[in-house]
Amino acid sequence: MRWSKVGLTEEEYKLVETILGRSPNDLELALYGVMWSEHCSYKNSRLVLRRFPVTGPRVVQGPGENAGVIDIGDGLKVVFKMESHNHPSAIEPFQGAATGVGGILRDIFTMGARPIALLDSLRFGSLQSERTRHLLGGVVGGIAFYGNCIGVPTVGGEVYFEEAYQDNPLVNVFCLGILEKGQIIRGQATGIGNPVLLVGARTGRDGIQGASFASEELSEDSEERRPAVQVGDPFMEKLLLEATLELKETGLILGLQDLGAAGLTSAASEMAARAKNGLELDVLRVPRREEGMSPYEVMLSESQERMLLAVEAGKEAEAQKIFQKWGLEAAVIGQVTGDGFFRVKEGERVVAEVPVSSLADQAPVYRRASREPDYLKETRALDLTSLPEPTDYNDALRKLALSLNLVSREWIYQQYDYMVRTNTVLRPGADAAVLRLKGTKKGIAVSTDGNGRYVYLDPLIGGASAVAEAARNVVCTGAEPAAITNCLNFGNPMKPEVFWQFEKAVDGMSQACRALGTPVTGGNVSFYNETSGQSIYPTPVVGMVGVLEDIDQMVTPGFKHPGDVIVLLGETREELGGSEYLKVIHSRVAGPPPELNLEKEKDIQALCLKAIRAGLVASAHDVSEGGLATALLESCLAGNLGARVSLPGDLGGMGASMGSGRQEARPVEESPTPRLQEGQGLTSIRRDALLFGESQSRILLSLRPDRLPRLLEMARAGGVPIYRLGEVAEERLLQIRLMGENLIGLDLSELEPVWRIKLAVMLGDR
Amino acid sequence: MKFGVVVFPGSNCDADCHYVVGDVLGQPVEYIWHESQDLAGVDSLILPGGFSYGDYLRTGAIARFSPVMRAVETFARRGGLVLGICNGFQILLEAGLLPGAMRRNESLHFQCQDTHIRVESVATPFSSRTRVGQVLKIPIAHSDGNYYADEGTLRELEEGGQILFRYCDSQGRVTAAANPNGSVDSIAGITNRQGNVLGMMPHPERAAEAQLGSEDGRLIFESILAYLAGKSV
Repeated sequence: MRWSKVGLTEEEYKLVETILGRSPNDLELALYGVMWSEHCSYKNSRLVLRRFPVTGPRVVQGPGENAGVIDIGDGLKVVFKMESHNHPSAIEPFQGAATGVGGILRDIFTMGARPIALLDSLRFGSLQSERTRHLLGGVVGGIAFYGNCIGVPTVGGEVYFEEAYQDNPLVNVFCLGILEKGQIIRGQATGIGNPVLLVGARTGRDGIQGASFASEELSEDSEERRPAVQVGDPFMEKLLLEATLELKETGLILGLQDLGAAGLTSAASEMAARAKNGLELDVLRVPRREEGMSPYEVMLSESQERMLLAVEAGKEAEAQKIFQKWGLEAAVIGQVTGDGFFRVKEGERVVAEVPVSSLADQAPVYRRASREPDYLKETRALDLTSLPEPTDYNDALRKLALSLNLVSREWIYQQYDYMVRTNTVLRPGADAAVLRLKGTKKGIAVSTDGNGRYVYLDPLIGGASAVAEAARNVVCTGAEPAAITNCLNFGNPMKPEVFWQFEKAVDGMSQACRALGTPVTGGNVSFYNETSGQSIYPTPVVGMVGVLEDIDQMVTPGFKHPGDVIVLLGETREELGGSEYLKVIHSRVAGPPPELNLEKEKDIQALCLKAIRAGLVASAHDVSEGGLATALLESCLAGNLGARVSLPGDLGGMGASMGSGRQEARPVEESPTPRLQEGQGLTSIRRDALLFGESQSRILLSLRPDRLPRLLEMARAGGVPIYRLGEVAEERLLQIRLMGENLIGLDLSELEPVWRIKLAVMLGDR
Repeated sequence: MKFGVVVFPGSNCDADCHYVVGDVLGQPVEYIWHESQDLAGVDSLILPGGFSYGDYLRTGAIARFSPVMRAVETFARRGGLVLGICNGFQILLEAGLLPGAMRRNESLHFQCQDTHIRVESVATPFSSRTRVGQVLKIPIAHSDGNYYADEGTLRELEEGGQILFRYCDSQGRVTAAANPNGSVDSIAGITNRQGNVLGMMPHPERAAEAQLGSEDGRLIFESILAYLAGKSV
């Protein structure tokens, strides 16, 4: 059938006929095929995405542009966005990841901002598999190739290994830029009669129909789609970046848009649609790197490092001069028209003519069927009493610390230039990366987060937790969470179970964004992350941006001084569902994920920030995967020190503990007032839950003993439970005692080198 | 004391060098475009790190043909101070202003990490503010920093006091474990025979402020300043 060849349904084809009042020709049909693909039109997600809060006092530009923009004061704007490049990376990991980086960078600098940081959120299957090792090596190599060459530091991100991503890895790329002065540039073709220029690389046959490829499931035949993967040229993009920022200074740019998915078709029609204009272009005027390309190939090519530029009539030559200085082509390929049509010509011959709005804005929108998956009945039925507690806690912690999701990521981030531009004041390996903004006192903290296992076990709580944890991460550096971008990675939305996961996760994220005051300024949706009918864990990834008003107040996760007091903010409940411990020690992925109370989350983050700003805190670290014992271990390793911890935590005679031990799990939307309870502390729950459980809304702090009374006072005023756990020690030994019994005594000087190189060893690199 | 930072297409540490000289040290500094042959009366030149021309052929192999390199060569021959950092070092090797060549790191990966380097000579314009044996903490970030020179060249470098920095551990011990990339003799930086051209793989401009974790890199820029000040007296 004509429609199925371009990925449309019969109904959609009929809609095209209605719009045109005739049958589309092959090129026109292809234009609708890509523009109405899920990747470009968000036809299956758009209705659900409207649930996100998208406004706030800082928001300058919300979803719908190349990237989101927030105002951070002092005349500074932060431009940021995250995007997925999952399918290309599954087929050709090096170029797939490299062009993912290239694409997100263009999204930032086409807005007129200088990119200053990249982060990558990655998911792979088991490293036991040869294929995973190939994918990991390729993806990391591709990110390094592109980011290092163009000179934008890759400062953070995360990577998880989990069987659910075995054949469908996730590569989500985040970029952040700074706009120091002037206005943001928008992707719009304004002013009838103004010329439109295609700038940068020449157009070839690479990546044709990449957008359609991204909108279908991976299969045995996907290898044959390798030509749909583009090839990146970071040097070309570096020239494009510098030329664009130089051109911006001249004020000549009316509109600018990156050529990404669906290439020229998408860029040109979206630019025209945003300005409510028409646009006419001639494919013969498009500089090409191959001969004999048809209009179809020119319009659908996804050749990288290209941008579409609109300038005022008569100013073409001035703009071209700047591109020439940087050795770049800038060809006038068409102009803005007033008739509302998207017209493609080959010389004098019109080869396609369709209404602009029908391509860019009028794709059909669907509310897909939604049904709770059956697997949840099983996973919810986790019975903790059937799980034996470890007989040797030392051994359990060691196993956990050396498990793939918790070992050092050094092998990865050392391949990235994380220092270029000399703004990186908090390097990879911490809760969040922090960048200084030269010439100001301000800093920017960035973190990406998203625990797919939690979302799999409860998408509402999992979605909310992704936002909450990302916010907690930036708070631990002393930054105030400001806004998020996201990548929503899911399976096939036509399956009711997948759509249910998607809706619930978006609801959870929306609730958390509202509660924490961090609106969504953009992002992307990646459906069809399935192989042979098997969906990945539903994985929304959050890219959180926080602002430090005074970068000198920044705090890092490592312990600083022997003798400092270690305290825990927040409650520890008997929660093992979805934990790393359950997976690593008991080989189970089950249970409800840890509950999340957004009011408490907010209180704890507020307290942590207040304490940091008051100068009380020596170190702060989010308690997440691997639980309290792992967090203690990580703060020891990061600080090259040890710790002596004695549980239950006491408050040094200050009273006012609000820890309440066992509690009923509550849905996230409830926010009961915390109950004051004396003394019960941390002893009423299973010891493995105490040490390895992943209760949310907890932060581990260390501070000078004389500062503790002020912190306790603040905690009491803020209604936040706080426990004194022990003290930082000179000797590199992590000691944890419970009710006088030695549970853990881990020699860190022995563990550290093993932990540091484990990933390299797994990859056969040591 | 005017500094010039050469900008090749693909240079990406140009702004960082400019910042350290101009904002951290408060010295006059300007960019010099690769097509220029006019060095604008600078007293010292920096060839910054990055990926000139994408480094697609071989690191520094194309940049050496840039028009500005003719001016750089003349400037160096006349005794002008030239500091090549990372890709700048690679370009100086390709241009023949320094002996030897670069190979891929032994790891075959790009490596970004802090390294320690030991000062081997203070009798150069780049190291007068340091002590022999002093350990400087300065990061590296490169794929091709595995320095190689044949035995004869190495002997000449050694005898001429041209080996300025060697990779070492934090205690100043030059060991195989402290050599990050496999460089022969643990070499991290060398000068020409006259001592007015320095190439080094570590990035001193990334270690010039306490906020970034080390100020040791400043000593190199301050040595240059001291030398130029002495010369102009």
